[in-house]
Amino acid sequence: MEFLVASAIGILTATGVYLLLRGRTFPVVVGLSFLTYGVNVFLFAMGRLTLDAPPIIDEAAASYTDPLPQALVLTAIVISFGMTALLVVLALRGYLERGSDRVALGAAEEGAET
Amino acid sequence: MSHLIIVPVVLPALMAAFLVLAARHDMVLQRVLSASSAVLLLACALFLYGLAAEGQPVPYLLGDWPAPFGIVLVLDRLSALMLVLTGILGVAVALFAMTGRDTGGRHFHALLQFQLMGINGAFLTGDLFNLFVFFEVLLIASYGLMLHGGGPRRLGAGLHYVIVNLVGSTLFLFAVGMIYAVTGTLNMADLAIAASQVAPGDAALLRAGGGLLLTVFAIKAALVPFHWWLRGTYSAAPAPVAALFAIMTKVGAYSIIRVFTLIFGAGAGDAAWLAAPWILPAALVTLVLGTIGLLASRTLFDLAAFSIVASMGTLLIAVGLFTPEAMTAALYYLIHSTFTGAALFMVGGIVATGRGETGDRLVAAAPFPRDQLVAGLFFLAAIAMAGMPPLSGFLGKLLILESAKDGPLMSWIWAIVLGTSLLMLVGFGRAGSVLFWKSAAVAGDGSRPVAGTGNALPLIATTTVIAGTALLALLAGPATAELDRTTQQIFDPTGYVRAVLGDEAAMQIAER
Repeated sequence: MEFLVASAIGILTATGVYLLLRGRTFPVVVGLSFLTYGVNVFLFAMGRLTLDAPPIIDEAAASYTDPLPQALVLTAIVISFGMTALLVVLALRGYLERGSDRVALGAAEEGAET
Repeated sequence: MSHLIIVPVVLPALMAAFLVLAARHDMVLQRVLSASSAVLLLACALFLYGLAAEGQPVPYLLGDWPAPFGIVLVLDRLSALMLVLTGILGVAVALFAMTGRDTGGRHFHALLQFQLMGINGAFLTGDLFNLFVFFEVLLIASYGLMLHGGGPRRLGAGLHYVIVNLVGSTLFLFAVGMIYAVTGTLNMADLAIAASQVAPGDAALLRAGGGLLLTVFAIKAALVPFHWWLRGTYSAAPAPVAALFAIMTKVGAYSIIRVFTLIFGAGAGDAAWLAAPWILPAALVTLVLGTIGLLASRTLFDLAAFSIVASMGTLLIAVGLFTPEAMTAALYYLIHSTFTGAALFMVGGIVATGRGETGDRLVAAAPFPRDQLVAGLFFLAAIAMAGMPPLSGFLGKLLILESAKDGPLMSWIWAIVLGTSLLMLVGFGRAGSVLFWKSAAVAGDGSRPVAGTGNALPLIATTTVIAGTALLALLAGPATAELDRTTQQIFDPTGYVRAVLGDEAAMQIAER
């Protein structure tokens, strides 16, 4: 399972970084989403991977999983969800006002070639 | 335990919500409430400074959960100093924005309050994850403020700003995750102890986490190679917002000082002084690039933005030396550059409004009402930023040069700081003479009715900020003595750890 989770984080992050480096807003937004998925799984795994163990105190439990990363991930998810929404609106506004979905500054003024 | 410590976070939060919900349609009420909240914040910050100046850091346990399990705020001299600085700037910006610069969108003042809340929170928190949360709060507010008023150019630059900072936030989370994975805690005082007890096999992970943190803070502080976003953002932002952003880069500098002296300081074993080899060279390059940008600027806002980059370079040179002497110089320069940077953007805003269509471009145009007074303010801000006597920039640079005297890279630091000062003087001189002297020769009646120029409030706000630098120069003796005590506290984590975790933990730190 460690291999699965680790490679999932790696692939998500690599995809995110690749898309982030594209010059148009849509791939960048999707890339950022991938990146935040990657970091969320990473945060979740930082309390070690434990199977079938409760995060809160239970008299019957033999072992526990670390509850703190789960709380942190919740916060991170909420924040990244809000930021993605903002970014989508911003990208749309930018496209409508600048007439181009290029990220680079000055590119909009050079017109919509290609 | 003084409950006043939480006020700098709670008051603006409540005020912002109230402004959005109850005062949405009444601009006058919004302005009055926002300004009085800013004044209250300043008063509170001054009181808290008095509290911190008594000597020991004061912890504030939220919900009275014992540290390191609950959320903790810590007030020490450094955070109190930053609070006061934010307070002064908050009042100046609220006043500056009042004369029509806050009407481009509906929620300027609410966003301003949220921004102040985030900044204050980042200075007060004693927990790495809450530092992330407060970073997000101040960033979210700053996105709104930066885009205030809209327009294609602002949207383009805003998109950059948001994306850069979102990537920064993601890196922050990776760093936090890595550090938690090897230490099992995120409380800064607890981390100060845990950093030295990391298993040898995990030491590299801790260092990687620390390195990522440095990257994140460097993005905030506009340290080379992460400085590219600053010019576009600051020069596209509305003037009062750009003036407020003068403290935002300092949040990055503050975080570097806090984390890399407390957690990755002398006692961190393998990870001790993790940031030291990186910051100094990067800061030197930052200073050079900022100055080159300043010389190449074609608008007043670009000029101000690049002077912020250059001043961050100067500031981080002093931080990067990581000696008590240099830290005092860094703190002095930090106060100075916040005031001066804000003043430059305010002057830019007044000029841009006054000149109407020509805006802040560095070309001659017809004079505008009261331009001689504005020219005087620009002159003062420029000599402060370039580091000419008698204002605080000169003393700040002198302190930095003095503290670098016996250190490594001494010749590089002296050559670059002095050389760039001269070049900055050329840049400012050129801009000022085009803006004010050549413009004086252009025919114009000097009485074009432009909205917002008739009011004296922006001038008063700008004068206040510049008076701050003058005062800092005048009281340089007592100020450095005070900052010396702050530095002592920074370089002695025992007091911080004792305040948060109690005597037993402090013994552990002291024994190392």
